[in-house]
Amino acid sequence: MRTTLVAAATLAATSITGTAGIGMASAQELTFWTWRQEDRAAYEEIFAAFSEANPGITVAFEAFEPTQYQTILSTALAGGAGPDIAHVRAYGNLEAIAGPGYLRALDGLVDVSGFSELALSAETLRADGQIYAVPFASQTLVIYYNTALFAEAGVEPPETWEQFIAACQALADAGIFPIANGTADAWQNEIMVGTLVPSFYGTDFEADLVAGTADFTDPRYVEALARLEELKPFLPDGFTGIDYSTAQQLFINEQAAMFAGGTWEIANFRSQNPDLAFEIMPSPAPEAGADRYVSTFFDGGFALTSVSEQEEAGLALLNYMATPDFGNQLVSLLGNISPIEGVEFTDPMIAEVAALNQTAVSYLMLVHFRYEEPSGSVLLQQAVQRMMAGEATPEEVGRNVTEGIATYHAPFQN
Amino acid sequence: MATSSMRRARMMRRLWIAALVAPGLLVMTFFVFVPIASALAYSVFEWEGLQRGAFVGLANFATVLFSEPYGSWTWNAFRHNVIVFVTIMVVQNGTAFLLAYALFCQPWGHRFHQVTVFVPVILSTVIVGFLWKLFYNPFGLVNQLLRAIGLDSLAIPWLGEPTTALGALIFANTWHFIGFPTLIYLAGMQRIPRDLIDAARMDGAGNWSLIRRIIWPLVAPATTVVFVLTFIGSFNWFEMPFIMAGLDGSPFGATDVLGLYFYRTAFGNQSSSLGDFGLGSALAVLIFGFVLVMATAWTLYLRRREIEF
Repeated sequence: MRTTLVAAATLAATSITGTAGIGMASAQELTFWTWRQEDRAAYEEIFAAFSEANPGITVAFEAFEPTQYQTILSTALAGGAGPDIAHVRAYGNLEAIAGPGYLRALDGLVDVSGFSELALSAETLRADGQIYAVPFASQTLVIYYNTALFAEAGVEPPETWEQFIAACQALADAGIFPIANGTADAWQNEIMVGTLVPSFYGTDFEADLVAGTADFTDPRYVEALARLEELKPFLPDGFTGIDYSTAQQLFINEQAAMFAGGTWEIANFRSQNPDLAFEIMPSPAPEAGADRYVSTFFDGGFALTSVSEQEEAGLALLNYMATPDFGNQLVSLLGNISPIEGVEFTDPMIAEVAALNQTAVSYLMLVHFRYEEPSGSVLLQQAVQRMMAGEATPEEVGRNVTEGIATYHAPFQN
Repeated sequence: MATSSMRRARMMRRLWIAALVAPGLLVMTFFVFVPIASALAYSVFEWEGLQRGAFVGLANFATVLFSEPYGSWTWNAFRHNVIVFVTIMVVQNGTAFLLAYALFCQPWGHRFHQVTVFVPVILSTVIVGFLWKLFYNPFGLVNQLLRAIGLDSLAIPWLGEPTTALGALIFANTWHFIGFPTLIYLAGMQRIPRDLIDAARMDGAGNWSLIRRIIWPLVAPATTVVFVLTFIGSFNWFEMPFIMAGLDGSPFGATDVLGLYFYRTAFGNQSSSLGDFGLGSALAVLIFGFVLVMATAWTLYLRRREIEF
């Protein structure tokens, strides 16, 4: 009796989905999953433009909680459910989804000629060298500074490290916290390294790192860490207990003059305090005339899932997402820095970020060492937190990180 | 004839009992036994994301226990759980016992106090965690109070210093939960026959000897319950450190406990690539086994003590 009931229920369910499937054949609806709930309005506008150009295809937007998104998406895909098009992250997090075969390789199916090598490599699976997502935005780590507080303390935006330290001292003397950041949230420590001191290691070090001829005990990297340690007196009182949101508030409420952070803060700073007058700058140069670096990484991309039964419509959307038109909409509606060639940046600050990106080094751990455990990020964050608390030297940090990565990375094992 | 109707009655009774037990058993099976069994099964395989790889036997257990850096992470987290257990047992439950005795003596307004002590227990741990995180902020209430009474040197970043962070978490936890052991002890005390206490008073027993010779031995069943629950709670501690110190057990592992360590190993965190169900399940199985064995041993031991008195 019970078996019959279950069978009947299953049959009913199948026939309902079956009907829905037939309904969709004439007017196709693609589902799109993302972790960016706050971008709903913009994406709906973008998808409406897409539907206009591609009659018969509509896109349904569905957003999930950011920190759980990766788990939700992979669980759904593993169970044979999930969206047609998924917003996916980059690097190691992409591999977690593409590696087990939940995404379709896009080589030859989507025109990605408008993207740089670097952008595409963020969405490439290392195992087969194929592209699995259309890159959507890059993020840049910059130093934000409050122009009003700088003027109040009589400080010019510094160019060299020496000027930077002098500026910090002048701000501190004027009773202003020079730098808002604290070390309580582990990930903030890695952000500080990538924001404040990348000019001390730069792209040469990155190239050696990738080639396997340098590790994190390299004098260039250790020097950078030592410079970061020098900034301890210029962080807020009790900075070991200052978390990310407190640091943001210190900068937004104009109690601190500088904030080390990513370009995702721009919109947030503007909306929380419309009167806040701020500018951005790259990491100070080691000496006058030397290059000033920012750190960059790609935030993620758009992918076609292997559970999708609407491959053609899905590819049409992905091809649209690789055009400058789409990029321009991301820029104007969301302030995202689209990596598509030919995109125009009308917002002066976004245009400046794009200019700073010309002298950029990768956000090292995310781009190169977040593929295996223990990840370079976890190791660096804890080691720098320790250093800033006065319990480790820059040399020890470099050694500790190198040894941790060496447990799976052969070039570091000598 | 009579036997067959008796047999039928017995049969009905059995069916009836089975029908009563079945729903509970089903819930337990699907939500407790199956997950435990699957964790056990997961722990002996290699995992790539949600995809099961090769059978690796006890390799995951060996990794989390002995291979670096996992070995020292496991040991560090375990050590913190022990500290949490001992501190909560002594400080929280000791204070709870004294509070219970104070309430038991029925001072003026004792009903009001009884409710007040218990109120934080019914608050959500998320709310309590966020509240105390704000209090402990370098510019927060705790430091403002300390500065106001001239103790500037004590106004430190409580959650940022490795020496104070775990203590600060335990204190917040104590504030949150102290009402629970207090209530258990109070109930235990109220069950003590009144004439025993009156007789002791007649014989000239003061508060101290009353507590030591009458109350403490006779609330032994309550102590057993409190002890075992504290033990299980301490080794499964997760919400409070997760909310106040983050998944990494900031600063640099000073507040890391097995619960956090298990979670980020199995499911990954913001700064690591992917979770590893194999290693995570191995940790979960180890934690479960340890808690099961120890809790059983403690219970058996403490029960014996109850009977002796």
